Amino acid sequence: MLDKIGIAKRIAQELKDNTYVNLGIGIPTLVANYVPKGISVEFQSENGVLGMGPFPFEGQEDADLINAGKQTITALDGAVYFDSATSFAMIRGKHVQLTVLGAMEVSEKGDIANWKIPGKMVKGMGGAMDLVASAENIIVAMMHTNKKGESKILTKCSLPLTGVSCVKKIITNLAVLEVMPQGGFKLLERAPGVSVEQIKSATEGSLLIQGSIPEMQLH
Amino acid sequence: MITKVVSNVQKALEGVADNMTLMIGGFGLCGIPENSIAELVAKGTKNLTCISNNAGVDNFGLGLLLQKKQIKKMISSYVGENDEFERQMLSGELEVDLIPQGSLAERCRAGGAGIPAFYTPAGFGTEVAVGKEVREFNGKAHILESALTADFAIVKAWKGDHAGNLIFKATAKNFNPVMAMAGKITIAEVEELVPVGELSPNEIHTPGIFVQRIFKGELFEKRIEQRTVQSIL
Repeated sequence: MLDKIGIAKRIAQELKDNTYVNLGIGIPTLVANYVPKGISVEFQSENGVLGMGPFPFEGQEDADLINAGKQTITALDGAVYFDSATSFAMIRGKHVQLTVLGAMEVSEKGDIANWKIPGKMVKGMGGAMDLVASAENIIVAMMHTNKKGESKILTKCSLPLTGVSCVKKIITNLAVLEVMPQGGFKLLERAPGVSVEQIKSATEGSLLIQGSIPEMQLH
Repeated sequence: MITKVVSNVQKALEGVADNMTLMIGGFGLCGIPENSIAELVAKGTKNLTCISNNAGVDNFGLGLLLQKKQIKKMISSYVGENDEFERQMLSGELEVDLIPQGSLAERCRAGGAGIPAFYTPAGFGTEVAVGKEVREFNGKAHILESALTADFAIVKAWKGDHAGNLIFKATAKNFNPVMAMAGKITIAEVEELVPVGELSPNEIHTPGIFVQRIFKGELFEKRIEQRTVQSIL
């Protein structure tokens, strides 16, 4: 079973050389810490910066330089700042090659719900709807089950949707899953120490298991 | 050159009245017009409709107006940092329109640019699409979103000149340029106010044509919401 850092490390393996990537708040932001050696990736933050760098050292925080999660960051050489309309032009216009974001629920049709629990939690969707509606490549980072042990990988989402038929790949604390074009999840990898049986019982949606399922290779 | 300078925040906010629609720049607490917000609290202007990406935190930014119940309706994309906001919303005291951040930005830009409506894929198939026209382009569904304008747009910039030209710093830019375009009257509060000629035309971000009043803010706290650092190993 993986923790948040393990999920971030596995997602970082999906990064491709010379691409622009948007990381959502939560687990996705951790991906920036594990970019594989030898590949060049530029991180875009929806609030208006490209070339986002790591957190600053103590005493060097700049109130005017934050990421989408309102955390203080730095900017690398070659970075650029722009307004919110330009930011979402990059996102909607498919200039960002990969989007990584969290989810509360994902359905076997590729629907995603990550912004509202009616009557309880209504923080808002932020840029998530723009991101999922436009991205070529979406990877969802999430826990396979909720705190009560109920599956979050479902036949149909019960919570208000962020987007429809948009998720392609999901990386959880238990597994790597793919959403198939015809619908249904396909199991690609098991987290270290996790069995296919564990994954099956944690997955409510339809799950295709073909052949022997390899374990994730994390260094 | 046409001059836009006003001497203080009181003069800058003259005419901002109850029941108006205001656009307020900023992302979280970054790039917010702090002095104008403090003046709105002091004036007690109420029944406001505020268009702003976020609602500040409980005791800073727009949170100050929410605490005093001066806001009737918020149009935002994310309000997660403000417990008072969530409480007022869940209890029905506050009307809220949550809209996708990209659509919010583009609706402001369109409002300033004379584009009454546009199609976007964001929100199709979700609550956001309810009641909106849908049209297919290139085999993909899009929803029709309308432009947003405001009685007053209040923006914050790093530097401005007497003609109202503005330069923003780092991520404090965010919604300020597009909201500056969309206000019937745009008020710019700046950290540094300089005579015309000091800002290079090559470096100006927002042309002064969009700005009607500019003043130098007296005090900028520039509060940090999440101070995150890496340790020196």
